[in-house]
Amino acid sequence: MPFEFLRAEDVAGAVAVVTEHPDAVYLAGGTNLVDRMKLGVATPSLVVDISHLPLDQIVELPDGTVRIGAMVRNSDLAAHLLIRQRYPVLSQALLAGASGQLRNLATTAGNLLQRTRCVYFQDVSMPCNKRDPGSGCSAREGYTRYHAILGASAGCVAVHPSDMAVAMAALDASVVVMGRTGERSIRLVDLHRLPADAPHRDTVLTHGELITAVDLPPFSFSQHSAYRKVRDRASYAFALISVAAALDLGDRRDAAGRPTIRDVRIACGGVAHKPWRATAAENFLRGAAASVENFRDAADIELAQAETLGDNAFKVTMVRNTVALLLADLTRRQVGDVGGDLAGQEQKP
Amino acid sequence: MTELIFLRVDGEDRSIVVDTRTTLLDALRDRLGVTAPKKGCDHGQCGACTVLLDGRRAIICLAFAVAHDGAEIITAEGLAEGDALHPIQQAFLEMDALQCGYCTPGQVCSAVGMLAEAELGIPSHVSDDLIGPIELNDDEIRERMSGNLCRCGAYVNIVAAIRRVASAEYAP
Repeated sequence: MPFEFLRAEDVAGAVAVVTEHPDAVYLAGGTNLVDRMKLGVATPSLVVDISHLPLDQIVELPDGTVRIGAMVRNSDLAAHLLIRQRYPVLSQALLAGASGQLRNLATTAGNLLQRTRCVYFQDVSMPCNKRDPGSGCSAREGYTRYHAILGASAGCVAVHPSDMAVAMAALDASVVVMGRTGERSIRLVDLHRLPADAPHRDTVLTHGELITAVDLPPFSFSQHSAYRKVRDRASYAFALISVAAALDLGDRRDAAGRPTIRDVRIACGGVAHKPWRATAAENFLRGAAASVENFRDAADIELAQAETLGDNAFKVTMVRNTVALLLADLTRRQVGDVGGDLAGQEQKP
Repeated sequence: MTELIFLRVDGEDRSIVVDTRTTLLDALRDRLGVTAPKKGCDHGQCGACTVLLDGRRAIICLAFAVAHDGAEIITAEGLAEGDALHPIQQAFLEMDALQCGYCTPGQVCSAVGMLAEAELGIPSHVSDDLIGPIELNDDEIRERMSGNLCRCGAYVNIVAAIRRVASAEYAP
């Protein structure tokens, strides 16, 4: 479909023009939007190019927050020394996504706002409540290997495809958003919605609002973080499931000599319409001993609310094992081999 | 809607009027006659259209030409200096790193971009450590080249060709 093209001069101008045109979209790296336009899933009449706006810096603010410009490329974010040293989970998540030549194009905000790769959403000949509200969900009774096990609704079982967003959810990131009436900050875990009865709305953003930055707040154990992704091929594939975690172990040992967990952050990808922060699992683990049994029990508590579909029941076990493996790995890296039930877990998922 | 854009392609300045819907790939192939970048999937999944875009490897089937006004593009054709092939191209020939050859222009551009990334110390998904030096072993090469598919399955020799150049460049 033909469209008008406008190169934005600045953030305010871009926001003003997109807000005024109900049919306008922002263009950043284009790696998802242009694909959807080719598929007929996106049919904007006006494309506003923001890729060259000066939002491409990563800076440390006086309070220690790392502010990532919305147009920082995925490759540059993954490679940035501050991110590699302080937030390894984020570098790892980015490097586990897409390919080298896609990461060179894809942007931070574009990654957050990419849309689901549900095959029915991407096929305009099929009913889909996300693409065409009220038309029905083809996935629910269809091929569901890649679909949600948490927080889905009768109308939509799609998952958010980002790896980066899962790491950011674990890092308590927030997004800086510019709208017609000014700037606001949204916690990253509140940016994406659960589908409920409006699956066509991926996020809480209103039309015209523009993400200008992502803020990563400092926290003491951010360097003790990692990302684990499970997929159908070893590289260049979307996640079946993924886990981002950060672990803070105290000095205190329990009677069995096991370290105790002072604090923990866990987020899961490939399981829901949004990056899934596993707060129930985190609450269970704070103050508990760092043991594989506890890690598994924590995952089970989080997964108690899981609802599986025809082809994705395996995800429940996969999430549980991956959470346990990743936390065991983070434990081992901080305290060395503690023996007992942590021994050998790396080899036996 | 159409727009006039300028591109520098393989060292030559070009200008064309393009429809806003035209991708960079279609602009090069259909409008400028630069057919080195190939159209495989046209959806960013195969890597056949990989070029060096402003110095970095990128696919161009998901890039609108109007969004890249003023860009500098090096295709596989522009990698050679006169009759002298780029070391990666020479290695692909000598190691028999292709069968039908359709993915090859994208493979060689991707390999050139990938070697530059490794030289900057940028880690990959399979790197042991995010900070340490990069050793371009076969696992690293496979991971870093995973965005370029080869339906003939010439991967074994593609890895060998890239390994040869990587080890020569990193030789003390």
